[in-house]
Amino acid sequence: MTKTKTYEEINRKLKEGKAVVLTAEEVAEMAKKASPAEIAEKVDIVTTATFGAMCSSGAIINFGHADPPIRMEKIKLNGVPCYEGLAAVDSYIGATACDPDNQAYGGAHVIQDLLEGKDVVLEAWAKGTDCYPRKHILTKININTINEFTLFNPRNAYQNYNVAVNTTNKIIHTYMGTLLPNMRNATYSTSGELSPLLNDPELRTIGIGTRIFLGGTQGFVVWPGTQFNTTRPKNEFDVPVTNAATIAVIGNLKEMSTNYLRAVYYEKYGVSMFIGIGIPIPILDEDMARRVSVNNNQIETSVLDYGSPGMPRLDQVTYKELQSGYIKVKGKKIRTAPVSSLAKARKIADELKEWLMDGKFEVTKPVHLFPKNTTLNSLKETEAEND
Amino acid sequence: MIKKRFVLNFPPESGDKPLSYHLVKDYDIRINILKAEVYPGKRGSLLLELQGKKENIEKGVKYLTEQQIICEPLDKRIHFQEDQCIDCGNCTAVCFAGALTMNKNTWKLEFDKNKCVVCELCIPACPLHLFEIDFR
Repeated sequence: MTKTKTYEEINRKLKEGKAVVLTAEEVAEMAKKASPAEIAEKVDIVTTATFGAMCSSGAIINFGHADPPIRMEKIKLNGVPCYEGLAAVDSYIGATACDPDNQAYGGAHVIQDLLEGKDVVLEAWAKGTDCYPRKHILTKININTINEFTLFNPRNAYQNYNVAVNTTNKIIHTYMGTLLPNMRNATYSTSGELSPLLNDPELRTIGIGTRIFLGGTQGFVVWPGTQFNTTRPKNEFDVPVTNAATIAVIGNLKEMSTNYLRAVYYEKYGVSMFIGIGIPIPILDEDMARRVSVNNNQIETSVLDYGSPGMPRLDQVTYKELQSGYIKVKGKKIRTAPVSSLAKARKIADELKEWLMDGKFEVTKPVHLFPKNTTLNSLKETEAEND
Repeated sequence: MIKKRFVLNFPPESGDKPLSYHLVKDYDIRINILKAEVYPGKRGSLLLELQGKKENIEKGVKYLTEQQIICEPLDKRIHFQEDQCIDCGNCTAVCFAGALTMNKNTWKLEFDKNKCVVCELCIPACPLHLFEIDFR
């Protein structure tokens, strides 16, 4: 067993310019010849990244108080409804929120417009109180007029995700893209061996307080993401073969860039947002070296039929197969397409590597690790009555 | 020999001429009709692949233009805001013609407009709505 490294030792090496930082793709290549012990010896940090649609995202905004003041009880930004149950001028705009009459423009677009410095129309209503007498406000805001503008995403960076196909004879429109009838295409969404949570499957180094790349700036992991599930079936390489763990993340939107945050609209589905996330993984020991060495041949995922109720599982494939352009499902050869950007994910992994090497970034020991043995509830319906 | 795709737009009065016959017979052009929308008395649009000698194709296109038919290379009718593309790959999922593909090394989108069959599936499939095709 090789010796172990601490976070402090790795950060000291970063400061001295002596640390060896590789991307997860580079280390997977290196692992073809080097053993985990050798990798643990040579490599200090591995950068991982993803750039895909993450629907459970949104922004906390504080508008500032007007004169006379208003306790906003219904709020719209460019017509998109925002959450109104947070004090007088705090709000949360969800990426997927939209005006039902304008479904192609949603919360993600409002966030992007603000990020691009555009003016956004704020309209709010209230009943009027003694201390907040105003009942209505209609004005323009932009990134410079608002106070806090914080990206807070309850569920991002899924550890693995399924492949989508459609066995029916009708085209269907999903968040996994347009699925052609009779399994004429298959779509997949993670960056495979470059994907953050697949490189630390036991979440030994990713936990509460982990410093990450988020939307082009520094962000943090704040909590396990919603639907966090650590008890999914795993393959022989300890990789969950379907969507499993997730992270909740936070960061200052005022420092972010539309290069790494992008509003999207999926036909007949709705609005979502592409989020760029990069996570540096410290190679503390041989075990971590073995984890980051995982390659696309070893990462498998489930093929689900999005056309049938309950989305039955049809098969299991590797990312190597997915990235080759074709997979075989139940003996049928199907053309594959990604729906998240590997080119952008690579750019993020490279940029994070540069930040680390330039001494602009360091690795953070989690303040608290995520829970183990978590499972998920589904929504069981029971008899209920409205009063 | 070259092979090139053209979009033809017919005004209402030019719908009854045997144009493809003339292209084949007079200019020795091999034609392949990839898409046709004909509304007699109103308008018509065709996607044609022309294969032949360069000068013959030029003459054929000139002949069509003289018949009051608008004839433009397909790539001029496809508008793709490439600078906004995030290389997500959603459009490649629906492009059965193989015009939109991911480069397997860089994972950037590649668009060979001359393979497009104007199925128009990429238009709604692109989550950023970066495609427009001017066919009609």
